[in-house]
Amino acid sequence: MHTDRRHFLKLTAAAGGAAMTPFAWATRADAQGLETMVVASGQTINSLDLHRTGTNRASYQVAINCYDRLVGFGSRQLPTGEMSYDYDTIVPELAESWTISDDGLILTFTLKPDATFTDGSPVTAADVKWSFDRAVTVGGFPSTQMRAGGFFRPDQFEAVDDRTFVLRLDYPSKLSLPNLAVPVPFIINSAVAKANATEADPWAMEFLHTTTAGSGAYTVARWDQGQQIVYDRNDAWTGGPLPEIRRVIMREVPNNSTRRALVERGDVQVSFDIPDRDASELVDTVDVFSTPIENCIHCACLNTKFEPFQDPEVRKAIAHAIPYEAIFQSAAYGRGAPMWGGAAEIADTAWPRPFPYATDMDKARAHLEASSFASGFPVQMSISLDLASWMEPTALLIQESLGQLGITTTVERIPGANWRTVALVEKSLDFHLENFGGWLNTPDYYFFWAYQKDRLFNSSNYANEEVHELTDRALHMSMDDPEWAPMIKRMFEIVIDDLPRIPLYQPALNVAVNGASGYEFWFHRQLDPRRMTGA
Amino acid sequence: MAGRVRAIGLRLAQTVPVIIGVIVISFILTRALPGDPAVYFAGAMADEQSIQQVRETLGLDKPLVAQFFLYVGDLLQGDLGRSISTGQPVLTDLAMRLPASLELTLSALVLSCIIAIPLGVLAAVRQGSWIDHLCRVLVTAGVSLPTFFTGILLVYVFYYLLGWAPSPLGRLDFIYFEPPRVTGFYLIDSLIAGDLETFAATLRQLALPTITLALFTLAPIARMTRAAMLQALSSDYIRTARAAGLSRGKILFGYGLRNALLPVVTTLGMVFSFVLGANVLVEKVFAWPGIGSYAVEALVASDYAAVQGFVLAMAFLFVTLNLIIDLSYALIDPRIGFDTK
Repeated sequence: MHTDRRHFLKLTAAAGGAAMTPFAWATRADAQGLETMVVASGQTINSLDLHRTGTNRASYQVAINCYDRLVGFGSRQLPTGEMSYDYDTIVPELAESWTISDDGLILTFTLKPDATFTDGSPVTAADVKWSFDRAVTVGGFPSTQMRAGGFFRPDQFEAVDDRTFVLRLDYPSKLSLPNLAVPVPFIINSAVAKANATEADPWAMEFLHTTTAGSGAYTVARWDQGQQIVYDRNDAWTGGPLPEIRRVIMREVPNNSTRRALVERGDVQVSFDIPDRDASELVDTVDVFSTPIENCIHCACLNTKFEPFQDPEVRKAIAHAIPYEAIFQSAAYGRGAPMWGGAAEIADTAWPRPFPYATDMDKARAHLEASSFASGFPVQMSISLDLASWMEPTALLIQESLGQLGITTTVERIPGANWRTVALVEKSLDFHLENFGGWLNTPDYYFFWAYQKDRLFNSSNYANEEVHELTDRALHMSMDDPEWAPMIKRMFEIVIDDLPRIPLYQPALNVAVNGASGYEFWFHRQLDPRRMTGA
Repeated sequence: MAGRVRAIGLRLAQTVPVIIGVIVISFILTRALPGDPAVYFAGAMADEQSIQQVRETLGLDKPLVAQFFLYVGDLLQGDLGRSISTGQPVLTDLAMRLPASLELTLSALVLSCIIAIPLGVLAAVRQGSWIDHLCRVLVTAGVSLPTFFTGILLVYVFYYLLGWAPSPLGRLDFIYFEPPRVTGFYLIDSLIAGDLETFAATLRQLALPTITLALFTLAPIARMTRAAMLQALSSDYIRTARAAGLSRGKILFGYGLRNALLPVVTTLGMVFSFVLGANVLVEKVFAWPGIGSYAVEALVASDYAAVQGFVLAMAFLFVTLNLIIDLSYALIDPRIGFDTK
């Protein structure tokens, strides 16, 4: 962890000698390769261990860079020309190969023979078993995510010999294999971890919180909490092609204007997760990637507990009255993908998909007149202060538009710390905005969280028996199964008509790059420097 | 001398009830905040089961009174608890961040004193002259421009347009490593290590945020100096001194300024304590790892231990500061004796 100054200079000198003076990377960026990449990010890393209670989203990058999983995702080019990870291609990482039994219940992995941890010891199936046991036992987010793939208990995992690992499922699921490629089931050097475990802390949570013990593409050279994390390349990495960039420095820069100045000047190569507004304005000066976030939709939700929303005509009136284009332009600055004005016919299983509603005040009026609330009604619309940057303008535009129908809305702003409890747990908000996004990129996974009865993100209290049952059946079924597509289409049809959630737009993850290339979008919304290169 | 030591001891003893009060109130207030840390830290996807697990890990399933006594027990052993959002002991966090804030705040105060006190004195002596107007303009600008605005403006002009200032990336550019830690103040530590290069780099990083804060703190100090100076200069003893034919410098600095300093020092103490906790916006603009942004982030996440640690640290700081100010009163004006209190 501790590198002194002399050691650092020696390292960088060996790596090209360009880092001796301030601002040297401004010239280095013009050179062929990129030795050191500097990234500015507004987020703070609070732990090196994803499994620990309280580890935030920004810290997931440590699990990605410094640890390997059994498998990973490939990459693909999006229709927009941008690169993205590929949910449909599973590639080897620590596992050399794997087989799935005919009944889909037993997954057998063979580990790469030359895979080693950064301390030189070989990666064994016992390490995999220990790491998976840890993920399903420690509770909190890691255990929840493991359950999504059908991994519940340590007795499902077995180290047969040093290189063979067997995973037994209670039921076959198409989500199991992809769920092994998300950041959570990363493989830890169990010998090192156990040596630092105590009776009170059998999973070495204290030790791994500040130290990494993995086999990943990078190691943590330095971590100054609240300021920066510095990664050095692991030259013995076997999980994939050796990254080109030797050293990655992630600096925390909370202020958006400062980050913008830094990337425009070229003093940092990447400004990660920038606001929509900066993205739309920086397009002409630096490379800006705005990738719509997979399986994530910003929605206006209508709570079925609120009497007027039980009337289908009222719901349709609102869906026709929402000023989609104005919202997309002023809340998202046109970044992301529209979710309105889609075709009426459901020809494919693409998701998120534009619903067949568009702003049309005449239709809205007609629907409202056909309802039992022809003269309108008062309603409270709630937004989260944590997400005010898009919710505030959206709420005001909707308020103005619904006012023309006689539906008077008052906007209630709820502090971020309370939002989850009132919106998702108690589900007590009549009319509100919501933005669920799922890691596993299948429509049924979205439906599982957002449309099934009593699920956490079903903040509209939506309950439809057919949707519930279809989701249960489709969730673990293979997408190649001939029954799957018709079921999904039927689910689309029902929720498009019932409208518990009105999609507004699919938000984008914006990244500004100046002097580097090879940026790829990842569902976990963290920067993956492993495939990045110089300009 | 013995009397003074006893007086200081007495003054310190008086602070004990204050600190106890701060401990109790900060404990109750943090618990009264809306939001449930267990829910917050379990993450968005968590279900009841995992939230309960998190609650137990954090010790939040125990009754409030039990939690309080556990907290006090830890405090007595010098353990401020562990911040959940940074994952480190609060003491470590504070030891990292307090020097950063102090270094910035003190540099800003030194700078603003260097400018504000002469300016205030001159404005008082030449009342109505151009220097008085300049003082008025600076003071008005200083208070009316919000610090984050001045900060961003300075970054835009001196870093983005002119390229004179280094990247606004915190206390040190990343090619330098922090000097071996002695005081936590990079300026002092780099000098102790004899590393002039790092000292210069620290100074460059400090320049813009210091100017930003100094512009803000300059106003009350200059204003107070001017007012106090005017009052002192119109008093009987100055008239007597003039009548006695004392030199102008002796009158101005020996009698005028010395008497005017009391309210200025008081203002200085207030400005210092205010700025230390409140320069969150400057910290954000310059990516400064200070204590203000730490406290705000802890509050947002309902991170009890961190908030309590911050409040406690500030309370200690205020107590010490007040003591120093009281002592300096006695130095400035011998009539204010410690022993009499």
